[in-house]
Amino acid sequence: MSKKMSGASSLVQSLESAGVDVMFGIPGGAILPAYDPIFDSSIRHILVRHEQGAGHAATGYAQVTGRVGVCIATSGPGATNLVTPLADAAMDSVPLVAITGQVPSAAIGTDAFQEADIRGITMPFTKHNYLITDPNDIPRAIAEAFYIAGTGRPGPVLVDIAKDALQKETDFVWPKGLSLPGYHPQLEPENQAIKDAAALIAQSAKPVFYVGGGVIKANASKELMQLAELVGAPVVTTLMALGSFPDSHPQHFGMPGMHGTVGAVTALQKADLLITLGARFDDRVTGKLSTFAVNAKVIHADIDPAEIGKNRFADVPVVGDLKHTISALIPAIKAEFAKGRADLAPWLASMNKLRATYPLGYDAPKDGSLSPQYVIERISALTGPEAIYVAGVGQHQMWAAQFVKYENPRTWLNSGGLGTMGYAVPAAMGAKVGAPDATVWAIDGDGCFQMTNQELVTCALNNIPIKVAIINNESLGMVRQWQTLFYEGRYSNTNLESKRVPDFVKLADAMGCVGLTCDRPEDVDAIIKKANSINDQPVVVDFRVFRDAMVWPMVAAGTSNDDIKIAREMAPDWDSQEL
Amino acid sequence: MSTHTLSVLVENSPGVLARVAGLFSRRAYNIDSLAVGPTENPDISRMTIVINVESHSLDQVIRQLDKLVNVIHIAELKLTDSVQAELLLVKISATSKNRFDVDAVLDTYGAAIVDEDADSMTIEATGDAAKISDLLNALERFGIRELAQSGLVAIERGSGSLADRTLSTQSIPTADSGQADYQN
Ligand SMILES: Cc1ncc(C[n+]2csc(CCOP(=O)(O)OP(=O)(O)O)c2C)c(N)n1
Repeated sequence: MSKKMSGASSLVQSLESAGVDVMFGIPGGAILPAYDPIFDSSIRHILVRHEQGAGHAATGYAQVTGRVGVCIATSGPGATNLVTPLADAAMDSVPLVAITGQVPSAAIGTDAFQEADIRGITMPFTKHNYLITDPNDIPRAIAEAFYIAGTGRPGPVLVDIAKDALQKETDFVWPKGLSLPGYHPQLEPENQAIKDAAALIAQSAKPVFYVGGGVIKANASKELMQLAELVGAPVVTTLMALGSFPDSHPQHFGMPGMHGTVGAVTALQKADLLITLGARFDDRVTGKLSTFAVNAKVIHADIDPAEIGKNRFADVPVVGDLKHTISALIPAIKAEFAKGRADLAPWLASMNKLRATYPLGYDAPKDGSLSPQYVIERISALTGPEAIYVAGVGQHQMWAAQFVKYENPRTWLNSGGLGTMGYAVPAAMGAKVGAPDATVWAIDGDGCFQMTNQELVTCALNNIPIKVAIINNESLGMVRQWQTLFYEGRYSNTNLESKRVPDFVKLADAMGCVGLTCDRPEDVDAIIKKANSINDQPVVVDFRVFRDAMVWPMVAAGTSNDDIKIAREMAPDWDSQEL
Repeated sequence: MSTHTLSVLVENSPGVLARVAGLFSRRAYNIDSLAVGPTENPDISRMTIVINVESHSLDQVIRQLDKLVNVIHIAELKLTDSVQAELLLVKISATSKNRFDVDAVLDTYGAAIVDEDADSMTIEATGDAAKISDLLNALERFGIRELAQSGLVAIERGSGSLADRTLSTQSIPTADSGQADYQN
């Protein structure tokens, strides 16, 4: 079936054929031809206020739905504004398709008005990208882009389309099949690898599940639960994996890494076997690599073969989709266990004791001011584990990771790999569009919020009632914490003065949102309940919190996980622990 | 430090050289040489990459390369089971007086004079890195004015072909409204 139409109409038909229901974007000269058929399309187009917002919104949408998120922008500055969210999506393996307009093909390479080589710029952090100059190539490029973005290890794909390709007449033919000779994600793990992994697990007396975001991408939480309960080992979930395994489960030891729990960090350090599922030995997890889990053998299961052995040698590499891998592991382990297995009791006893001795905690500020951790804890308690929590980057992000109780996958969104300030508001917007019935709380810093809050206007006008908790410590808190610890308290350029300016309540009001403020512990519950009761408008709460609160525990950058501190200059009392 | 020769079949699409070069630079891999040219199949080019692996394992380099969607196949070509050659063009100072000496050197290396005038001649030679370097040493005494060298190209010994073994004509089915299909 082929129909004569403009390249622009062919683009929109292609997006419809790929199953797109919503996209986020801003028009401009080069992409303008596409906006005419978009006007009539069944696809909901949400007009954002900044292209960075479009990109993060597409990410938020993708992270909660598991579908491919779509953003669209014009050439030049529109396209370069997408650079940050594309890099962000690449680091966190988010399936995105970005469509950009390009100057007419005859003008490419002439430094034409609003020309930017966005294909060249985004090569390092897209899974793949295209420059289309022939309208006949549009359907195939779009079909390939969605296939590549959503399969294997997910990631962003950019399709840059020259303006004349959008204007010219073409035949729309949706491809029946795709030919990608260099792209074959391996879904099924090899039998031998599964057997070897099962054998190692049966021999291990100190195993730990080191679970990463891949488990969420693979929708393998149910399988993980079966596997974890079968083996009985402690489970640690990285920043990208929170919610993949319930916080309330007795085997859950929390998050490892720079601000991980003593239990999770130590379990990894002391293990004799890491059962690594969809994690990538990031430096924020391993600390100084040469001192990380030195006695452990490693099973590394991932869909991306390039992750295996990148940072840490894998004794048993298992390449495959985690849903398939875990499903294959379960019977293989049962068969091994039938022959016998190591006794985990001493390991579990010592780890459980350690975890009980060093729970997450915080001190209430002595001056009676509001504790940021308390605010976040109460938001979680009063809103519940069915809600979606989206963080910015900084102290508030770590507290949201630590003090919100996660029970379900795809309920925790944050910028883990790139650490993008400004992620929260637009990502929460996209999350709410993807899951309109869920309560969506952005837990944001006063610094982050000032980077992308313009998207609250988009939310107000498009009936996307998200809630934003600004954890207002009037500073770039995480940087300030490092200045406290490593720069003798010399607070160079981290004072934002955001308890004076801006007035967040007025700002919220001006953007069509409800603005609330809270600075006393005794008001916290009532304010959160009020915010939770408003569902026809976005809500912004300015929580004016204690400025000097710090994130603990902490493994200082570049040091060993063995040197974890539970408070300033305070290490766990290792001598009283038998490990 | 060890040197490896990779033969990389890539889709003949715009930007593919930039993708490969960009990958090597951003991951801090050292390339000794890179030669790219057409193959028997007009849709496919072959890159021959000589890489110097120090801190990164060869495996890691190959896996990262393999992630590029336009990269179809990668094979390491060992010296023992491949033919490897580079091209040298070198301009030396030589006149009819020492022509005889030059000819003797060229005979030894199977090299040929491809251009000459009153006080210089340009010599063309092909061969592996060792042979080219020996030839250059032998020509040194005439005075080297200028030289141009290609990267190494290599091909497997025997009758097999990389492309035959690796190209599948398999096509991936698409579905209308097929997003669900694209999720794992
Ligand atoms: C775009 C960007 N710029 C700079 C940084 C460096 N950075 C990391 S955390 C942080 C402070 C964030 O401040 P705020 O949003 O107020 O959060 P807090 O740490 O106070 O909770 C900064 C500047 C970053 N991660 N991203």
